[in-house]
Amino acid sequence: MNHPASEGPAGAGPLGRSLTRVEDAALLRGLGRYADDLATPPGTLHAAVVRSPHAHARVLSVDASEALAMKGVRAVLTGEDVKRWANPFPVGVRGAPMEHWCMAVDKVRYVGEPVCVVIAEDRYRAEDALDAVRVEYEPLKPVIDPEKAAAEDAPVLHESVGANVVNERHFHYGEPDKAFEEADHRVSIKVRFPRNSCTPIECYVVLGQYHAATGGYDILSNFQGPYALHSVMARALNVTGSRLRLRTPPDSGGSFGIKQGVLTYVVLMGLAARKAGAPVKWVEDRLEHLQASSSATNRVADMEAAVTADGRVTALRYDQIDDCGGYLRAPEPATFYRMHGNLTGAYGIRNLKVRNRVVLTNKMPSGLNRGFGGGQMYFALERLMHQVARQLNLDPLEVMRRNLVPADAFPYRTASGALLDSGKYADTVDLALRDGGYDELIQRRDRARAEGKLYGVGLCAVVEPSISNMGYITTALTPEQRAKAGPKNGAVSTATIGIDPLGGITVHVSSTPQGQGHQTVAAQVVAEVLGVDPANILVNVELDTGKDAWSIASGNYSSRFAGAVAGAVHKAALKVRERLANIAATLWEADAGQVRFADGKVFIEDGPSLGFHRVAGTAHWSPALLPDGEAGGLRETAFWTPPQLEAPDDDDHINSSLCHGFIFDYCGVEIDRITGEIHIDRYVTCHDAGRLLNPMLVDGQIRGGFTQALGVALMEEFAYGDDGSFLSGTLADYLLPTAPEAVEPLILHTETPSPFTPLGAKGVGEGNNMSTPVCIANAVADALGRDDIQLPLTPSRVRGLIGIDEPQAPEGLEPLAAPKPGGPALQARDSVEVPASPQTVYDTVLDPETLRAIIPGCHALELEGDNQYRADVTVGVGMIKARFAARVQLSDLDPPHSLRLSGSGDSAMGSASGSAHVTLVELDNGHTRLDYVYEVDVGGKIAAVGGRMLQSASKIIIGQVFNRLAQRLTGKPAGGLWQRLRALLARLFGKGGAS
Amino acid sequence: MHAPAERRSEIELELNGETRHGSAEPRTQLCDFLRHDLGATGVHVGCEHGVCGACTVLVDGVASRSCLMLAVQADGRRVDTVESLARDDVMNDLQQAFSRHHALQCGFCTSGILMSCVEYLERVPEPDEAGVRDMLSGHLCRCTGYTGIVRAVLEVAGQRRAGESQQQALENRNDV
Repeated sequence: MNHPASEGPAGAGPLGRSLTRVEDAALLRGLGRYADDLATPPGTLHAAVVRSPHAHARVLSVDASEALAMKGVRAVLTGEDVKRWANPFPVGVRGAPMEHWCMAVDKVRYVGEPVCVVIAEDRYRAEDALDAVRVEYEPLKPVIDPEKAAAEDAPVLHESVGANVVNERHFHYGEPDKAFEEADHRVSIKVRFPRNSCTPIECYVVLGQYHAATGGYDILSNFQGPYALHSVMARALNVTGSRLRLRTPPDSGGSFGIKQGVLTYVVLMGLAARKAGAPVKWVEDRLEHLQASSSATNRVADMEAAVTADGRVTALRYDQIDDCGGYLRAPEPATFYRMHGNLTGAYGIRNLKVRNRVVLTNKMPSGLNRGFGGGQMYFALERLMHQVARQLNLDPLEVMRRNLVPADAFPYRTASGALLDSGKYADTVDLALRDGGYDELIQRRDRARAEGKLYGVGLCAVVEPSISNMGYITTALTPEQRAKAGPKNGAVSTATIGIDPLGGITVHVSSTPQGQGHQTVAAQVVAEVLGVDPANILVNVELDTGKDAWSIASGNYSSRFAGAVAGAVHKAALKVRERLANIAATLWEADAGQVRFADGKVFIEDGPSLGFHRVAGTAHWSPALLPDGEAGGLRETAFWTPPQLEAPDDDDHINSSLCHGFIFDYCGVEIDRITGEIHIDRYVTCHDAGRLLNPMLVDGQIRGGFTQALGVALMEEFAYGDDGSFLSGTLADYLLPTAPEAVEPLILHTETPSPFTPLGAKGVGEGNNMSTPVCIANAVADALGRDDIQLPLTPSRVRGLIGIDEPQAPEGLEPLAAPKPGGPALQARDSVEVPASPQTVYDTVLDPETLRAIIPGCHALELEGDNQYRADVTVGVGMIKARFAARVQLSDLDPPHSLRLSGSGDSAMGSASGSAHVTLVELDNGHTRLDYVYEVDVGGKIAAVGGRMLQSASKIIIGQVFNRLAQRLTGKPAGGLWQRLRALLARLFGKGGAS
Repeated sequence: MHAPAERRSEIELELNGETRHGSAEPRTQLCDFLRHDLGATGVHVGCEHGVCGACTVLVDGVASRSCLMLAVQADGRRVDTVESLARDDVMNDLQQAFSRHHALQCGFCTSGILMSCVEYLERVPEPDEAGVRDMLSGHLCRCTGYTGIVRAVLEVAGQRRAGESQQQALENRNDV
């Protein structure tokens, strides 16, 4: 329907209309007030964070003395300070005594983990001083792959836990084993869901203050909630909740779940302010954000369906591993349990067997990300349903239809306990097929295939949960553990409406939005109830835990605004209206039931009438005129929690969310046979999100989520090397959809109101993040006839699926050596001719003076042991220079034939290690040909941002080593001018140049 | 050649039509100078490596990444930021179209996008959709999926042409 502004179903009032947003005027004029735009207290200092270049290492020592001596540097916060003042974060599972501090205190467990904080007079100086902090690490073997991490012999991240599997739960609902035994068919699939993030354009910002007089912290951050994490932060800061005053700015530059992860930095900057004795501000940069903020949880899912001959699924079996990264950071392991009630999707499947394992690996901690848990779950479930159709040779659409929850079954309790509030799934499917032109799309596919094109159609059905039950996470505990901890449940929402003496209306909601238009919709709701112009209502969305009404479910997540928060606003508005009606009725000696509110007036039909401000003003100016029991003043706070959100029962049934929208998507894709590029020919997405409060904003949410999901399907992945290096540290490496790649979906709606929310609305913000990746994957599976679809479907991966072999290298070019899988390891070989005998060359290399001279940028070389040295080396590539504290070693000595020269070191730019095997061959002219084969591994910042330059940079640097050696022996460059020129020409024209 | 890192240079530039003064170190990025020294916080910083486009401003009328320019490079130049677009508290046609088409949500990328669009419509008064999308490829927006932005730009281009032809028609009539 694609609603433009100012249209849509017109009721009597503003609710349900596509009003343009009250937020826009400020944002379009550059007058938004984001976290980094707000005034800071005088004397505010700025923080920069020293981060680990290693994925897994012991921190042996931190020496900040040189940094502290630098001009403008005021303090350095170390792990010792953290241990003294803070606590580890509480962890959401029992029996796993892991310590997660806001900064490394003994070990680092992912690249980018904070190791210390430099606090200086401005941000530039703080960043300068990062280079001067000396951290000594003892690298440990990392584990990156979640399945390998779960194995017995894997390196263990947390020794105190003893294993990387930190939580394992088994669930049985119905009689799954019996259903599998009796099944006509068993269909299975194993899928992997990658790491990615919805990557807001504004990064994290924290302004920390510590009040020494009270021992309290006052911290401003673009945190998004949930405010259950306020308790986690307060406990980490070792203060009561009231001594952590947490505030959010008026505007926030996107979040999509990711700004939940700022919680550890809230604690860190509170401590930094305490250390410095001054306010401390930290503005995260993009590399920090990509490598060390938060990401979606990657998952490995092994699934099986028990299926009857006609395609009815009688049971599902899930065996899942969630990779939560280096620490189980709250609210993990929620990625599993947010969807636990919905594991059977849109289908009436009564038998279910589940094994969930949570593993830790050497990656950044995972957390909330739009579609939380749904993208992962539906990728497995809907790929499986597609596979059922394929294996049984049935139409996927028919398989889906035969299994949908029937319309007369609502409210429907799923096998694992969700109470699906409302829906007409089959009708919604029919609507989508009809209005989206499904039959014609199938004809397009047939025509395209007849022309020899690779064309596929994919479908998926998704139940979109919204308004999370705050107790769902306790499903990760056993019933016994839950009984001990006490029941957790509900989702308390709150809203406050105040009316000032001039009749001005101020609404406060604790939903901390990041651009969804909550101010507009809250104004629409209040305007509808009080009969005033929405433009006259001011909605404040800043949250100050020291002053405002809030609870643990406050914040912006689980698409809870339309159902829960707008409902609380409605409830508060009704309270205000009731008081005003009583006031007016007393003034007019009438019955309050007759009092009406419309067009800015309060009146009785065919009777007295007063301006809204006059009636409201009475509560302030003339309390003597108020009815009995009316206390005066006018400010109402409403709290609302739905009774349906109960704690998990003893059989692990959990109603994990209050509302359940329904989405049916399908798409047609054409795949380029040569490039592997996927072209989305048509995408239809049909939503039933209950009552729509502002259709234009609903479509905006759908488009935005859809485009992020397109990125997940086709391009986005946080890539890690086998050594745990983070390889996606810039937005040129972590690719996001831009306008030319974006596709406009056909958006369709139907409205089945929720009986459980005050306004009948359900959440709508996350559905396409759940449906679209798998819908596209199913279309690609259909186009290629392949089962092994893995995201993101990059052109090179699709070429692999098509089965395109790389063409032969053009004549004269040596093909590049196959790179080591995953890592930024660089291997190459080269040689130089030296006019001296092998023995002379050999002896020269073994001389420490020679080593000092031939290592480029070597400031100092100190003998440590037999042929072992400590070196201080500056390596520069282009503008980027880094000073390494390095170890250099000569080994495998076989004089005068061969030896190995190795080195490793750390710098502020990251870590590097490499080794070259050197062979000396005597030539006929008595000279020596020095052949070398080298391998270099890099980690940290260099790997994250420099991946595209590393091959040539390492070639130059290694080449320098051996050219300098030749130079030292002869007093002139290796091979002479003519030879160098010839080599250059050969390289330019591709004649046998070194690879 | 090398100026000492800490020596501050005096900078004078014309910001949104007003002459402004300040001083900056040689390494200070233009975006930081505009935001923190001159108070133009409508300039947003999203990546600091020239990819996201949020910090785009006009330098002598040309859309430029203010994270890839040094403040000292703007000395003597004219710089226009998103704060320059509204006149007398009335948003310009492009800003109004953005609101009508729900072309923004969190608004963080919007300042830069608006500045690129302003320059683009000057250069290309009759754009097609592919051209607009190509121009927008220098910006990242995570909220909107770009649809509203494309529609707003195309609509404004159409309105401006219609306005011009009306103007032309009026002038022609006056000539007769």
